[in-house]
Amino acid sequence: MYAQLVKSDAADDSPEARAFQARIDRGEKIEPKDWMPDGYRKTLIRQIGQHAHSEIVGQLPEGNWITRAPTLERKAILLAKVQDEAGHGLYLYCAAETLGVSRDELTEMLLDGRMKYSSIFNYPTLTWADMGAVGWLVDGAAIMNQVPLQRTSYGPYARAMVRICKEESFHQRQGFDIMMKMANGTEAQRRMAQNALDRFWYPSLMMFGPSDKDSVHSAQSMAWKIKMNTNDELRQKFVDQTVPQAEYLGLTVPDPDLRWHDETGHYEFTQPDWSEFMDVLRGNGPCNADRLAARNKAWDDGAWVREGLMAHADKKRAAKVAAE
Amino acid sequence: MTNADKAARREWPLWEVFIRGQHGLSHRHVGSLHAADAEMAMKNARDVYTRRHEGTSIWVVPSAQITASAPSDKGPMFDPADDKTYRHPTFFDIPDDVGAM
Repeated sequence: MYAQLVKSDAADDSPEARAFQARIDRGEKIEPKDWMPDGYRKTLIRQIGQHAHSEIVGQLPEGNWITRAPTLERKAILLAKVQDEAGHGLYLYCAAETLGVSRDELTEMLLDGRMKYSSIFNYPTLTWADMGAVGWLVDGAAIMNQVPLQRTSYGPYARAMVRICKEESFHQRQGFDIMMKMANGTEAQRRMAQNALDRFWYPSLMMFGPSDKDSVHSAQSMAWKIKMNTNDELRQKFVDQTVPQAEYLGLTVPDPDLRWHDETGHYEFTQPDWSEFMDVLRGNGPCNADRLAARNKAWDDGAWVREGLMAHADKKRAAKVAAE
Repeated sequence: MTNADKAARREWPLWEVFIRGQHGLSHRHVGSLHAADAEMAMKNARDVYTRRHEGTSIWVVPSAQITASAPSDKGPMFDPADDKTYRHPTFFDIPDDVGAM
């Protein structure tokens, strides 16, 4: 999802670890100062950090269209959405920081490639219809994952998710609204909407990560309740929900083998190309280099602001002490 | 990372944010953020935590100034209340004849 292929550290078998697991099994929330196994802490830092980075990097494909939105209203809405993504990143960094890592450390790990962000943001946004597809499909897929995470075992993470989920629904609806406008517009607009769906369908399915039925990492994360559903469950749920929405728009999901099964109550669909997914994660997607370069530039260009504000704060504090 | 390490890196300090949601309610902890000073913490709190009219008033407090109880003290601190059920009005049986009390 926004956190993909997060490596889970193994649990130890100490009495503390067993008592800890019992707390989680009883549905208790774990809070920052509580005892927790090292593996739980490390896995959560990786997962929440990756989630936060995805929110921040996720601003780039949409930021691309702020100056080119078709109307002032669309521009104001997109600006508000991108601002929300920044906010979501901040909520999540704060949650990660309660585990003993600092935001600047996490940022540095993103910038030098030690930490990842979601594969989806390595695809370009070529037309205005892509703003619709991103809101509808990408935020829609994110919601699938984030709603159950509101019940995750780690208190600060769960609370960040509650805030995020409240805001995320606006994102998906504004995306679908753009798609409706385009799909019901001129023939050129309709083609643009179809083209956006064609390009974002499989990358959206990849967001959930590869099938994890054989993954031991996944089993441990589920026992710790930091992963609430399997990747396949969430992907299926996403397809089942999204296909009728595409039909409503009069658009065609780019999957000739897509089929509804009455007996299972689910769609059968084609899996995305997992070799492409792995390649994007390795840094070879269409926009990986651009995204990291943009984040590095923002960080480097902002260094004087960060330092200057600290110097100003020091000076003010010194003046206040002197006045007392 | 210790607070000393963070200071050495010149990271912006952490602030805790409290928001009064409506008139008549108390301020409630909503999250934290980084800022160089109180003025900036206030501006950031407004942008990060009240984009949808979530509040009518904001407090920001340096996180380092908060003293918290330790999870290990939970028993000694809070368990003694368990055997003082007479602190609750339902402990006392008042006959119905007495009327509302």
